Amino acid sequence: MSAKTLYDKLWESHLVQTDEDGTALIYIDRHLVHEVTSPQAFEGLRLAEREPWRIDANLATPDHNVPTTERTGGVDAIEDPISRTQVETLDANCLEFGITEFEMLDTRQGIVHVVGPEQGATLPGMTVVCGDSHTSTHGAMGALAFGIGTSEVEHVLATQCLIQKKSKAMQVRVEGKAGPGVTAKDIVLAIIGEIGTAGGTGYAIEFAGSAIEDLSIEGRLTLCNMAIEAGARAGFVAVDDKTIDYVRGRPYAPDSDQWERAVASWRTLHSDEGAEFHLVVTLDAVAIKPEVTWGTSPEMVVGIDDSVPNPADEPDSVKAEGMGRALDYMGLKAGTPMSDITLDKVFIGSCTNSRIEDLRAAAQIANGRQVAANIKLALVVPGSGLVKAQAEQEGLDRIFTNAGFEWREPGCSMCLAMNADRLSPGERCASTSNRNFEGRQGQGGRTHLVSPAMAAAAAVSGHFVDVATLIK
Amino acid sequence: MQKFEIFTGIVCPLDRSNVDTDAIIPKQFLKSIKRSGFGPNLFDEWRYLDQGEPGMDNSKRSVNSDFVLNDIRYKGAQILLTRMNFGCGSSREHAPWALEDYGFRVILAPSYADIFFNNCFKNGLLPIVLEEKTIDNLFRLASDDQALEMTVDLHKQALVIGDERIMFEVDPFRKHCLLNGLDDIGLTLQKVDAIKAYEKCRKDEAPWLFHGE
Ligand code: SF4
Repeated sequence: MSAKTLYDKLWESHLVQTDEDGTALIYIDRHLVHEVTSPQAFEGLRLAEREPWRIDANLATPDHNVPTTERTGGVDAIEDPISRTQVETLDANCLEFGITEFEMLDTRQGIVHVVGPEQGATLPGMTVVCGDSHTSTHGAMGALAFGIGTSEVEHVLATQCLIQKKSKAMQVRVEGKAGPGVTAKDIVLAIIGEIGTAGGTGYAIEFAGSAIEDLSIEGRLTLCNMAIEAGARAGFVAVDDKTIDYVRGRPYAPDSDQWERAVASWRTLHSDEGAEFHLVVTLDAVAIKPEVTWGTSPEMVVGIDDSVPNPADEPDSVKAEGMGRALDYMGLKAGTPMSDITLDKVFIGSCTNSRIEDLRAAAQIANGRQVAANIKLALVVPGSGLVKAQAEQEGLDRIFTNAGFEWREPGCSMCLAMNADRLSPGERCASTSNRNFEGRQGQGGRTHLVSPAMAAAAAVSGHFVDVATLIK
Repeated sequence: MQKFEIFTGIVCPLDRSNVDTDAIIPKQFLKSIKRSGFGPNLFDEWRYLDQGEPGMDNSKRSVNSDFVLNDIRYKGAQILLTRMNFGCGSSREHAPWALEDYGFRVILAPSYADIFFNNCFKNGLLPIVLEEKTIDNLFRLASDDQALEMTVDLHKQALVIGDERIMFEVDPFRKHCLLNGLDDIGLTLQKVDAIKAYEKCRKDEAPWLFHGE
């Protein structure tokens, strides 16, 4: 038998049928649902008088629109009427179809991509989909996970399958030991800087190498979260002991009578020795610095000790023009040292970086320091109610509030500014989210992507700074 | 879905690469729970000078006359010409809904983001991949004083400009679905037996995935 990649294994174990031209029907084990991309899909089901195929494969929670300020008033108290309608519509659809939903006031509510792994609802070897591009996150569990559009949400609800074509397999290897202050976020930003935001288009990316093995599961979730920013719908990491330890005991994990069998099957979830990839890219972890984006695309990224690049140095004219436009939008001059860039706001949260380890890393920097006077708002938004509770038990909330950060309720928040948390035109923000596109955090807002520790360091310094210099 | 028939339309040149779905339809418009009505807010932040919100009367807003969609030459355009990695970012299907609702039926670009590319076909939009050289050339033609008109013949996989023909590739299955206006769910539901057979095997092999039953 020929050597297989992890992607081959995940793909083949979910094939229902393949047509001559390679179009395949693949089976979906887990479907996560949130309020923004599902209403039209449920509507479609109703109009066609179709029933969901398998209710227990679905898990829903509202995240994009929920307020992150005090919300004990419940859904009725959501101020923005349109946000309220979406959350109400999700509640009503889940009720009508019998789908399990962690509603807004449930402690288990949170960002779908934080909730899935936290509950053990996304497991190794699964196919996981959600009407959200950052579904790639769940690949960290050794799963094939990818985002889908609303028509596909309806397709999965109705058939438990999707029509797909197999992607090409890419392996991104990061070898060596990452330096002080260099986190999963910095590694993935460096990868995107290297291969570009379209570098992974048409590929499924397996992340491997010693620096990836060294990452915790939460670090791998951050890494796979941003596979989509490299253009790949899916990114994943092979299963190892850390994966299995992480899953053990979670609410949706296999029961004790099935545990050993499950583990035995998960142990096969790695690329075989000698398996061939269409493309292999290798990075040296030692060369990766704490990273900061300077432009309006995640590939526009440099190390903290670097400066804003000059479009005049870019030989490709289309690219140079894009860089010029980005600098205009960002209000930056070529040659400015990254550490000279001052900020107005800081956002720690999003499905990329709102798990407990992220909050611990940020709290470590905030501890005993104060948010700088020029920072108008520094927000910490935990990824789920359970992360929030855990952080409060550890006293992280007090570290943050003592330092002058705001401590919020779980949700997507300022990652995409669909609720009330957003940037005003021209405001500059250090953000632990995943997209620095024009207007992403509010029209005219300027986003710099960084790790949680770097965001906390920027908050207490008022400008970007190498977090390694602040680690006690 | 409507059948995709041969048509002749105006080409609108949007000379930017990496146009993301946030730019195609800004997030504040995602709060609708409908599929239609997104066209007036297509490219909202580039098209208007003020900040757009759902429910606004767009006819009263100040338009950005520098933006190509507001150029009188391209009024009623059905073909969007653009640059690499079009449709990157969020998976929102609102992006193809907005393009389609505005009146676009075909997109021409050197490359697309995967999810967006897929979403197009499910909404009767045809994204065509052309070589960079061809795209450059079309940009030149489309930016003339006189708007460029082109016939799109999906059946023959050809774009026709005067006597010139540009051939394009399209996945045979996607082509079949577009030409016949077929809905994916209906097609998949013809395979109920295969899905049930797979599911039975899966239940035996990995029963922990079916805990809820
Ligand atoms: S946190 Fe941001 S990127 Fe993640 S699901 Fe929410 S909106 Fe999307």
